[in-house]
Amino acid sequence: MYSGEILESMKKVEAARAKNIQLEPRRMTAEEKETLLATYHPDYKQNEFAILQVGPNKGDKVPTELAALLQANSRIHPEKIDLTKVDYDVDVLVIGGGGAGASAAIEADEAGAKVMIVTKLRIGDANTMMAEGGIQAADKPNDSPAIHYLDAMGGGHFANKPELLSKLVMEAPAAIKWLNELGVEFDKAADGTMITTHGGGTSRKRMHAAKDYSGAEIMRTLRDEVLNREIPVVDFTAAIELILDQDGKAAGAVLLNMETKEIKIARAKTVIIATGGAGRLHYQGFPTSNHYGATADGLILGYRAGAKLLYADTLQYHPTGVAYPEQIFGALVTEKVRSVGAMLINSEGEAFMHPLETRDVSAASIIRECSTNGKGVHTGSGVGVWLDTPMIEIKGGEGTIEKRIPAMMRMFAKYDIDIRKVPILVYPTLHYQNGGLQITPDGMTAVENLFVAGEAVGGIHGRNRLMGNSLLDIIVFGRSAGKNAAIKSRNVTVGKLTLSHVAKFAKEMEEAGIHSDIVSPKLLPDYTRKRNTI
Amino acid sequence: MEKMVNVFLMGKKYEVPASVTIMGALEYAGYQLVRGCGCRNGFCGACATIYRIKGERELHACLACQTQVQENMYIATLPFFPLEKQVYDINKIKPTEQIMMQLYPEIYSCIGCNACTKSCTQELNVMQYIAYAQRGEYEKCAEESFDCVMCGVCSSRCPAGISHPQVALLARRLTGKYIAPKAEHLEHRVEEIQNGEFNALIESLMQKPIEELKELYNNRDIEK
Repeated sequence: MYSGEILESMKKVEAARAKNIQLEPRRMTAEEKETLLATYHPDYKQNEFAILQVGPNKGDKVPTELAALLQANSRIHPEKIDLTKVDYDVDVLVIGGGGAGASAAIEADEAGAKVMIVTKLRIGDANTMMAEGGIQAADKPNDSPAIHYLDAMGGGHFANKPELLSKLVMEAPAAIKWLNELGVEFDKAADGTMITTHGGGTSRKRMHAAKDYSGAEIMRTLRDEVLNREIPVVDFTAAIELILDQDGKAAGAVLLNMETKEIKIARAKTVIIATGGAGRLHYQGFPTSNHYGATADGLILGYRAGAKLLYADTLQYHPTGVAYPEQIFGALVTEKVRSVGAMLINSEGEAFMHPLETRDVSAASIIRECSTNGKGVHTGSGVGVWLDTPMIEIKGGEGTIEKRIPAMMRMFAKYDIDIRKVPILVYPTLHYQNGGLQITPDGMTAVENLFVAGEAVGGIHGRNRLMGNSLLDIIVFGRSAGKNAAIKSRNVTVGKLTLSHVAKFAKEMEEAGIHSDIVSPKLLPDYTRKRNTI
Repeated sequence: MEKMVNVFLMGKKYEVPASVTIMGALEYAGYQLVRGCGCRNGFCGACATIYRIKGERELHACLACQTQVQENMYIATLPFFPLEKQVYDINKIKPTEQIMMQLYPEIYSCIGCNACTKSCTQELNVMQYIAYAQRGEYEKCAEESFDCVMCGVCSSRCPAGISHPQVALLARRLTGKYIAPKAEHLEHRVEEIQNGEFNALIESLMQKPIEELKELYNNRDIEK
C-alpha cells in the first residue's frame, strides 16, 4: 500500500473524486495537440535519433538504439555457413510465433502450403499475448469502415498508407468473425451483441474485448489451432539471417538454436517476417510493456536483405505504464481502464486532461504534468500521475472491475493494492513500434518472396497507432500474408541459396567507415547484473 | 544500503535485494534467461515456479515475474511441463458431454484432492472448472478458467494425470464458437462489406487531400 508523499496525494484524489467524476474535460484542439507533442513527446527529441549511413534507408533518421543494431555485424560469417545442407525445406517459412505468425501459418496451411513456424522462444511468447484492452472493428449499425478509417488516419497524423489502412478497416469485421468462429470468447450481451467501448481517439464504440485478456484469449486460441493443424513449430530457434537465392529473392533463413547454439538451414519458397516489436531496446531509457523477445529482429534481417523501413523513427509510448510498485514498473495498465471510466488525475487531485485522447497526446500530457507543471507524484523510483480506478465502480456499479479488468485487479492485488478502492500510479511506457518494414497491400516487401506481417510492418498506423488496431492488424495482415505467401509459393522454383547480401552489407559499412563491436539481431535483452564475470 | 535477503535458486544460495521479483533475483544472480521467461507481465505462463520457505512444509507455486522474493525462499523454476494436448477439428466437434469423454477421459479420474486449485498461480478454482467440464457445462468451465495462463503447475501436481489447461482451452473454444449467442450485427456487417456497400465511401476517403481529411477529422462527432 501507499505511504508518505504518495498517501498524502492520494487523499487529495479521494477528496476530489465526487467532483471529478462529474467532469468531462474538454478535448484538446488540433493546435494544442501539435504544440504539446512537439514539446513533450519522446519522438520529437532530435538528439535521441541517428541518421542511417548505409542500407535502403540511408539518410533517414531512426532511434539511436535501432541504428546501432541496423548498422552492426552479422552473427555469422557467411563463408562459414554451408547452404548445401538444408535442414528444413518448406513452401512457407514463418519467422515469429505471435499473433501475426500464427494467423499467417493457419492461412498458409489452409491454402495447402507446407508451412513451418520458427520462433526464438515459445509459440505465443509475443506482445499479442499481452494485449489487454481489445480489438477494433466497425460492426455496429452507427459505425462504418469509413469512420474507422478517419479515426485511424487522424490518430496516425494522416501519415497512414491509404491502401494499407483501407484493407485494415474493410477486413476488420471479417477478422472478428474468423476469430469468433475459431472459438475466441468475445464479451457479448445476452442477445449476442458485442460489448464495445471507446479507445483513445475513437469516435464510435468499436473496441471488442475478452475481459482484459483480449490478446491472451486470441493468442491461446490461435496457438491451439496451429497445433490442431499439426503445423510444425520449431521453438527456441531464432532466425539470424535471411537467405536469398541468386536472383535476390527471399529463399529461407539461417537459424540458431537459442540453447545449444547449433546452426540450421531452412529453405523456403516464400518467407514471412512476423517478429514483432522493439520495446526491449528500451528507447530513450524507457521501461517497456513488451515481452522479453521484442528486440526488432525482423527489421534487422529485412534491412540487411534490402527491404525498406517506413516510419522507423516513430514509437508509441503507452500513456499508462505502471509507475508504482517498482516490481512491475513499466508494465501495461490497459487503456480499457479509462474506457470503462477511470480518469487521469494529478498530484493535486485535478483531472488535467480528457482521459481518452490518442496515446501520443495522452503520453505527452502526462510527461508535461510530471515535468513542467510539477504535478506528478514522486514514488522513490520515479514519478507518475493517478489513474482513479475507484471511479469505475462508482460509474459501472460494484463488481465492474472484477468483471471487466480482472487482470489489472490481480496484478496490483499481489502488492496489496486493491484498485477497486484506491487509485493507481502510472507513467508512459514504451509500448509499440509504429513503423517497420514497408509492404504493399499483399504483404510483400520490395524483396521478392519476402512478406511481413504484424508489428514488424510500417505504414498501417501512420505515426501513431490507435488502441485496438494492432490486434486487428496482426489478424488482417497475418492472414493475408499467409494466404498470399502460400499462393506465391506455388510458382516459385528456389535457385541457388546465397548469403552474399550479408557480405555486401558488411562491405557497405566498411566503406562508410562504420566499425561496430555489436552483433545483431539482438535476440534477447541482457538484464543480468554485471560483476566479476568472464 | 539496500535491504537484502537470502534465496536458494535451484538450491544454491544467493543474496539479492529484498524488493525484487523471483525473476529479478535470477537475473541479479547472473542468469541470462532463455527458458522460463516470456512476457514478464503475468500473461504467458512461461515462468511457472515452485518454492518453499525453508523450514516450512507447504509448497507454493507462482509466476516468477509476478512474485517478490522472501527470506529463505527455496526456488525451482518449471519452464516446461508436458501437458497432453489432443488434436481435434474445431469445425467438426460439437459441445456435447461426449467430446470431453472422447478427448480428455482422464478428467473423470479426478480424485478430488484439490491439489490443482491449491497450486494455481492465478488463484483459480481449477478443480471446480474440471468438475464443470466433466458435466459438460462448458460455459461455466470457460468462465471459471478464463484467467488461466497455461503455466502447467496444476497438472504437475495432479495424481490423475489431467492436463487441466488443455481441458479448459477446449471448453472455452467450444463456448466461444458454439454456445455463446451469435452477434447478428457482425454477420450483417461482414455481408454488407462483401457486397461492396462501403467501397465507394472508402475510395472517396482514400482520394481526399490531407487538408480535407483533417477538416473531417477535427469536426467528426464522437459517440457519448
